[in-house]
Amino acid sequence: MADTDMATDFTGDHGPKPKKSISGRNIMLYGTLIVFAIYYLLPLYVMVVTSLKGMPEIRLGNIFAPPVEITFQPWVKAWSEACTGLNCDGLSRGFFNSVKILIPSVAISIVIASINGYALANWRFKGADVFFTILIFGAFIPYQVMIYPIVIILREMGLYGSIWGLVMVHTIFGMPILTLLFRNYFTSLPQELFKAARVDGAGFWGVFFKIMVPMSLPIFVVAMILQVTGIWNDFLFGVIYTKPASYPMTVQLNNIVNSVQGVKEYNVNMAATILTGLVPLVIYFVSGKLFVRGIAAGAVKG
Amino acid sequence: MKSIEVKDLSLSFGTVEVLKKLNIDIGEGEFLVLLGPSGCGKSTLLNCIAGLLDVSGGQIFINGKNVTWAEPKDRGIGMVFQSYALYPQMTVRGNLSFGLKNQKVPKAEIEERILRVAEILQIGELLNRKPAALSGGQRQRVAIGRALVRDVDVFLFDEPLSNLDAKLRSELRVELKRLHNRLNNTMVYVTHDQIEALTLADRIAIMRDGVIQQLADPNTIYNRPTNLYVASFLGSPAMSFLTGEITKKGKVFTFDNTQIQLANYSGENDTLNDGPATLGVRPEHVTVHSKAIKGKTVKAKVELYEPMGSESLMWLDVEGQTISVLVKSEDVREKGSTAYLSFELSKASLFDKQSETRL
Repeated sequence: MADTDMATDFTGDHGPKPKKSISGRNIMLYGTLIVFAIYYLLPLYVMVVTSLKGMPEIRLGNIFAPPVEITFQPWVKAWSEACTGLNCDGLSRGFFNSVKILIPSVAISIVIASINGYALANWRFKGADVFFTILIFGAFIPYQVMIYPIVIILREMGLYGSIWGLVMVHTIFGMPILTLLFRNYFTSLPQELFKAARVDGAGFWGVFFKIMVPMSLPIFVVAMILQVTGIWNDFLFGVIYTKPASYPMTVQLNNIVNSVQGVKEYNVNMAATILTGLVPLVIYFVSGKLFVRGIAAGAVKG
Repeated sequence: MKSIEVKDLSLSFGTVEVLKKLNIDIGEGEFLVLLGPSGCGKSTLLNCIAGLLDVSGGQIFINGKNVTWAEPKDRGIGMVFQSYALYPQMTVRGNLSFGLKNQKVPKAEIEERILRVAEILQIGELLNRKPAALSGGQRQRVAIGRALVRDVDVFLFDEPLSNLDAKLRSELRVELKRLHNRLNNTMVYVTHDQIEALTLADRIAIMRDGVIQQLADPNTIYNRPTNLYVASFLGSPAMSFLTGEITKKGKVFTFDNTQIQLANYSGENDTLNDGPATLGVRPEHVTVHSKAIKGKTVKAKVELYEPMGSESLMWLDVEGQTISVLVKSEDVREKGSTAYLSFELSKASLFDKQSETRL
């Protein structure tokens, strides 16, 4: 065409529309975001700063001031020396108790819930809808209602006060939401894949392990994060269903922070709190991307 | 020898009857196409044959064996799906071998069969790729390969070409036909695309609301549709219909002031009875004349035309009824001009007004 030679002689607006970097809209947007970020980060800042100060410095009362003399003594004390009752081995005992509770609870609940969800999504058995409704209904019953009956059940089973009793409680209480999560995810996978696998001769377990599970990494990560944070942060079940020797970290943290004898060691309390919150935090940072992907996949397409 | 026999098959989901006492026999080596609009039950029928849906009543036989209650893997079938349904985490080789591994076929034989299928479908270079790294056409080839490698007598296709673009679709259509000629297996093919149905099928079963309307070879279905529904569903551009009356002891089709002689009509019976009827004429069986020929032509007014490349579709008005005619693009007439039409009645169809069946 003859016009091509003229192509560089534009007059008037052309090309991408220029964007102003400082506009009223951007100032509002970033201003608000910065204010909220400070609002939420301030407590964390105070905690970290306080945990690195010695007691004399804390008594001065300048909670926002950075430490003059940085000391890690409060962290050491919180981890291995702080006393709860008769034990003076710090939070470390609670940490290992929590790990011992966490690993089997997360593993067992995810294994069972994924199979539940798979069966509900792909093998429509008789009464599947009723089963699912009852299961979901369980998610809406307040925990407090069930505390005492569970105490009795665990006592009768001889599991009361042991770590395994608590593992069982966590597994059961995680079941409704995890099953829903897995069911929705498996429903969102193309049904034709399932049909193709059946024509190819795979049975219930064959389809599950060879087709479904390899496609479901995101949702397994989501389930893992939900369970790890939920179980790690649990206080109520931990304090009710275990003995002092096997208290999880959260219960022990409470006992350290709320102990009334002696001086209040704010720096040790702050360090202990950060230590307790560290596990869920690390999990989020490591698998944040997969978490978002899995949640989106399960929620939108379900 | 019958390859597939379906006897009085019914299927309901709750109170909805999807298939109603359906009967069909499919011969060995036959290419049968199930054709119909979405929701007519054609895919459901295929899923029942595959064993992916439990039937509510009736029986299914494959190669003389009653498989009504058999698992899909025990029916001796291979199936190809619309969405390809390739296992995304496996390579092409893994996809092809999955079914054989489940059958515990020896490793050497698996490899041998994969290579043979890869050669037939020309997917040899793709064996180590994952499905995500394949184009749509390649994926569908692998999906067909997954059915082939199972070495079965019956192949079931569930709209296998619907996800492909028009060009690839026509290419793979030819390839499927070639494949059928080469392997001579029984193939049951579900589609809503009439071109696919007409080009591929040995016989077509046209379905509507869970009932087979007509089961015949493409030629018969096209030229002698058994009822008004089949006539209107098949054919692109579609058949035109004129409503009127058969008079003079079956000699003339009349509406308003127009009369069409029925002397050349080849009906289902020797004689036609007088009464209300619908005349169906395909656009290619109408001829346009500039001048009236007494007793043979009908006066019409050109309403509009649609150019379709080498040919054009003219829409004409005949005493308030619309009729379409396929003409060469250079023969198109002005909008509003008068034309005279004659019909090739030997290829037309008359339908009873009440029962809508062919007369």
